[in-house]
Amino acid sequence: MATIYIDGRAVEARNGENLLQACLEAGTDLPYFCWHPELGSVGACRQCAVKQFQNADDKRGRIVMACMTPATEGAIISVDDPEAKEFRGEVVEWLMTNHPHDCPVCEEGGECHLQDMTVMTGHRERRFKFDKRTHKNQDLGPLVKHEMNRCIACYRCVRFYRDYAGGEDLGVFAQHNNVYFGRYESGTLESTFSGNLVEVCPTGVFTDKPFSKVYSRKWDMRGAPSVCQHCSVGCNTILNERAGKVRRTLNRYNEDVNRYFLCDRGRYGNGFVNAPSRLRSAGYVMDGQMTPVPVAQALEQFAAFAKDGPIVGIGSGRASIESNYALRRFVGADNFSTGWAEPLHGAVTRAVDILRTTSARVMPLHEMESADCVLVLGEDVAATAPRLSLALFQTRRTACNKLADKNRLPHWLDAPVRTLGSDLKAPIHVVTPAPTDMDVSATQALRALPDDIARLGFAIANRIDGAAPAVSDLTEEETARATALADALLVAEKPVIVSGTQYASTALLDAAANIAAALVTQGKAAGLTLVLPEANSFGVATMGGLSLDAVCERAQAGQVGTLVVMEADLTRQLDASAFDTLVRSVRHLVVIDHSVTPTAERGELVVPATAFSECGGTMISMEGRAQRFLQVVYPEAPLQVSWRWVRDFAHASGHEGVLDWETLDQAVAATAAGVPAFARIVEAAPKADYELEGEHIRSQTHRVSGRTAIRANISVRDIPPPTSPDTPLKSDMEGTYTTDMPATLIPFYQVPGWNSVQSLNKFQQEIGGELRGGDVGVRVIGERGTAGYAGVAPARMALRENEVLLLPEYRAFGTGETSMWSDPIKARATEAVIRVGGDAPVARVSIQIGAEVFDVPAVNDPALPLGVALCPPHMVARSYEAPCWVTLRTISAEAAA
Amino acid sequence: MSYTAKDPEKRPLLALVDQASPPDVAAYERGGGFRGLRRVLAGMSPAEVVEEVQKSKLRGRGGAGFNTGLKWSFVPKETQKQRKKYIVANGDEMEPGTFKDRMLVEGNPLQLIEGMIIAAYAIQATHGVIFLRGEYHLGLERLKIAVEQAKAAGFLGTKILGADFDFELIVHPSGGRYICGEETALITALEGRRANPRTKPPFPQVSGLWGLPTVVNNIETFSNVPHILANGIDWYLGLSACDDGGTKLYGISGRARRPGVYELPLGTRMGVLLEECAGGMQDGYKLRAFLPGGASTAFLGAEHADIVMDYATPEKAGSRLGTGLAILLDDRASPIGMIRNLEHFFAQESCGFCTPCRDGLPWVEKLLIEIDEGRGTPDDIARLEDAARLIGPMGRTFCAHAPGAIAPLASGLKLFREDFERLVAQGRPSEGASPAQGHAA
Ligand SMILES: Cc1cc2nc3c(=O)[nH]c(=O)nc-3n(C[C@H](O)[C@H](O)[C@H](O)COP(=O)(O)O)c2cc1C
Ligand code: SF4
Ligand code: SF4
Ligand code: SF4
Ligand code: FES
Repeated sequence: MATIYIDGRAVEARNGENLLQACLEAGTDLPYFCWHPELGSVGACRQCAVKQFQNADDKRGRIVMACMTPATEGAIISVDDPEAKEFRGEVVEWLMTNHPHDCPVCEEGGECHLQDMTVMTGHRERRFKFDKRTHKNQDLGPLVKHEMNRCIACYRCVRFYRDYAGGEDLGVFAQHNNVYFGRYESGTLESTFSGNLVEVCPTGVFTDKPFSKVYSRKWDMRGAPSVCQHCSVGCNTILNERAGKVRRTLNRYNEDVNRYFLCDRGRYGNGFVNAPSRLRSAGYVMDGQMTPVPVAQALEQFAAFAKDGPIVGIGSGRASIESNYALRRFVGADNFSTGWAEPLHGAVTRAVDILRTTSARVMPLHEMESADCVLVLGEDVAATAPRLSLALFQTRRTACNKLADKNRLPHWLDAPVRTLGSDLKAPIHVVTPAPTDMDVSATQALRALPDDIARLGFAIANRIDGAAPAVSDLTEEETARATALADALLVAEKPVIVSGTQYASTALLDAAANIAAALVTQGKAAGLTLVLPEANSFGVATMGGLSLDAVCERAQAGQVGTLVVMEADLTRQLDASAFDTLVRSVRHLVVIDHSVTPTAERGELVVPATAFSECGGTMISMEGRAQRFLQVVYPEAPLQVSWRWVRDFAHASGHEGVLDWETLDQAVAATAAGVPAFARIVEAAPKADYELEGEHIRSQTHRVSGRTAIRANISVRDIPPPTSPDTPLKSDMEGTYTTDMPATLIPFYQVPGWNSVQSLNKFQQEIGGELRGGDVGVRVIGERGTAGYAGVAPARMALRENEVLLLPEYRAFGTGETSMWSDPIKARATEAVIRVGGDAPVARVSIQIGAEVFDVPAVNDPALPLGVALCPPHMVARSYEAPCWVTLRTISAEAAA
Repeated sequence: MSYTAKDPEKRPLLALVDQASPPDVAAYERGGGFRGLRRVLAGMSPAEVVEEVQKSKLRGRGGAGFNTGLKWSFVPKETQKQRKKYIVANGDEMEPGTFKDRMLVEGNPLQLIEGMIIAAYAIQATHGVIFLRGEYHLGLERLKIAVEQAKAAGFLGTKILGADFDFELIVHPSGGRYICGEETALITALEGRRANPRTKPPFPQVSGLWGLPTVVNNIETFSNVPHILANGIDWYLGLSACDDGGTKLYGISGRARRPGVYELPLGTRMGVLLEECAGGMQDGYKLRAFLPGGASTAFLGAEHADIVMDYATPEKAGSRLGTGLAILLDDRASPIGMIRNLEHFFAQESCGFCTPCRDGLPWVEKLLIEIDEGRGTPDDIARLEDAARLIGPMGRTFCAHAPGAIAPLASGLKLFREDFERLVAQGRPSEGASPAQGHAA
């Protein structure tokens, strides 16, 4: 700690931080633009000017940029100094010379950092009397709007996009006050992280395009803390609602996980909650026609079904653990299925088992950013867990930081630190069957088939620790690769192994686990991360259950009376004939879901569940972090959370007493009690009766307008605000709101004078550190397990003559389930194309997957071996998800023409 | 007395300069070339070279005047084998009114090359780049030929003159922006990126091109080096008329009889330069003021017409030696027009990185146009004064471009206050206005 003096006040500054951070942490409002807590300082905007004095005798002082000046012991600065103040005011005046001042029609208005800083500096009189220069805007695709005239040239966008996220298609053009931030021509932004520009840009240049269509001012929207549902990373989000509709998704800071940034699937994938695909009433399907029925009738119907034999329940990795547990409790553990078919079921089960018991550390994203060697083993992380790939990319920055330490440069001095590491690649070694987006930044990218990657992994583990299972028939090349990778991991201090369930291969997961365990035996602070298929796969696999294959067998044996499918679409797991057989062999198919899936379309009874925006619940991410999402919408009956449907079914069918939960708190408590592994989920967030200083926390700002007018076309009466027993947040503007609120309850970021997302600074104990309101989420796994080595190396994968090995090619946009009901993601997803190995050009392929034949566009990819093809899961064959052998006929370009 | 006669003893820099046909290796050697390099490689240690250059009191000729040997001494002491290092010649020379480096590269490129090889040895650099103003087509061509010749003669490449010393040199024409002359922006441009300046510290000597140690010196600076090593410190110090060593390429542009570049002892008086070398003002013109060393130095009034042109004296008078090439303002030209032209240039050439320069200078230019064209108000003068006060001091902007831009404005506002006020009061365009230019947006 260093003591510094801000306008005569002695404050403690953290060692090595800069004066701007020190001021903000000391509660002194100092305006800034180009500095960003995660991107560091570059000194471009000159907005953070303060006066610095050499010593107590120095009365003249010197203007310095706070963000570029270290807070050294005894530093004396003045923020209030008239010269510094005048300069800061003038900076805003300069920035405003060409600014359009179109706040009333600007979508940043009301949450604009430029507005806030303008007010803060006190600049109010426009003296620039000349014409403004104007720019042309670009069409940047379906996600991000572009209005360049509002730019104040702070350079944050390009620094985030290029330096932080490794994107290349956004840049700075031209010079002087004509600088232009955009692409070289209109076109969809290529980065999977483009949506962060909306929050990174302090003005209305980059705004949220889908939000624009359902726009509302920040102050007019309700907010609630939520958790992303689109992959197993578990990024924290804020959902905004107005008039019953979710309007947009924002990043919610979680020190350990997503910090300041989300991926675009997470930000734009939530449109499904408003989509026409939503199921809004209970229904009764007869002859393929769905007839809406009242809830009472639906329950009666269920009671009737229940008499027809055993009930089997199918849970889901996209439902909360409370709902999954409710179903399991109702049908009994022996009749509960995870919803995964083999081999995925085995792989996810094994993965979670490994994560729960490994002797390596299961690291949160932020912890992995400081790894000094990362081995990605058979998982296209950029597609299956995008935010994780962004975190791994930061290992390059960590390497730069080490050089900075040597040169005694502070890490926040962004440009010089990057320059020092100009030649560095990220210390990442990618071993995958097909090219991935991480290859360009990685030290090396190796290609091998899934089983061969597993072999390599086993060999690496064995090289590191001879006690790990060996691989008997290694080729020279395999040995060389294994030795090189083992050596790279062994020289690292903090090696991290990343794998996942993409190829549904238990051998691959065992290999990854063995490497991590072997590194631990060598005294390394090794980390292990396994990407899982869905947001709550961890929760479901921990509870455990039957595979879908087992359910099918039972059904065919006539042992299933009623099949209850909860928030799952079995057609993504079972091919058309298997699904059909299953449906025909159970007496009744009951579906609980928020959307009309192909499974729901076959349901005899279908009931509408809430989406995650309309209920509360707990999800467990791939690192075993249990996180609570809260409702932002107060849905109308008959919509209710899945566990309430299960409860009602239980009661209707005479199972009183099994499930008597009335509130989410009871559901959480019962789940925690029922599954020992989940004992800690009760700590994931405060209960519904939580009060701060004797009041509930409000989820609306105190400036909400049109509270009654908004529904004046229906009734002019003031209606009471909606309530819910499941959330500690009050639905309206009455209640308390402070920067010390529990971190899990922050509905939006805003403090007086700081209306933009930048107000986050005020909620943190220190910049980029812990939230004042404590941790977000609890880990349901211990620090470290004691598992030893497991598994055996598979045989070398031999390609076949007459068949092609079809591998799942996941995509950030396109292969997700719920995100593809969301218009922006649909628009962002590109056509399904099969990539065929080899040099021969192809135009289309005819491909037989299971019993079905598909005729699809194709391209050849010389990076793939002959005899291998890639297919995006669910986009061609609905159920296709795991590697398989298929017959494939290529149609060349000429033949196609 | 002639100020242009070839004289290797008094005017070493220009002695072999031949604008029509620069000396080839043989001619250069006949004229004494490569003596310095031979001496260095015959037995001096890198540290000894640095020390000698430092003691010769050669100061940078690019404008800032930093002791060259001292700058080299900041490079981490590692041998060529231990780490790649770079040496860069700054030949961007886009400063309005400055045209000295052009003479050196067009007239005797080998002198520059020799200086760079010696410098490379001194800091143990492995690679060198000559960064040349894009419009210097002839210079580029001649430099390329000279590099090839030097290579062929064994002065570049591996094991130079049999010593354990390798050095490769390339010539790189600039894409064409003034800011590329700022050494850190130059480095960034060489990396193939947008030419924005960089934060200092770390200084390029420690973290320059691609993060490796890099020394950037002006072309004239390097051209001095062979002579120091060939003839020794005392000889070099003796060339000068002041405390610092060597001669300087001075120059004059404007309404003088013989505008041009002249090599004179460092610390020569302005009077000698203007009256004796340049032949005084043209008939019918009187000197009103001058920028002593390029567009980014402050105006000095006619009372300073005989000022000592060393590093210290112009600074005491409120200006800088800068590049040493003076621009004259005569009594029949409009000072407002001249400042307007200058600020047009500076506003246009702002790299756009930091706010005061990017948005402040275009505003300054617009105000000057307004006043120059007779539409100005007293408020406009006040705004100009605000700008000068707020942008001018070092540290307000990210690099020295903006303070340089403000130098003629701030000094002009004081020196030509009456002209400003008269124009505003009259509401008529200024007379003798410099030719109108396009506007920076
Ligand atoms: C805006 C700007 C433009 C510059 N242009 C040049 C130039 O064209 N040539 C040059 O040698 N130095 C130029 N400089 C100075 C260089 O940054 C640097 O100080 C110089 O090249 C160092 O060489 P020296 O020590 O030999 O003078 C410029 C500086 C600034 C701020
Ligand atoms: S577009 Fe936004 S983030 Fe980018 S420079 Fe302009 S104001 Fe800054
Ligand atoms: S990385 Fe995963 S959890 Fe995070 S925002 Fe993207 S889809 Fe959501
Ligand atoms: S002062 Fe700022 S805008 Fe101007 S050239 Fe330097 S860095 Fe660029
Ligand atoms: S925030 Fe310090 S210069 Fe921009």
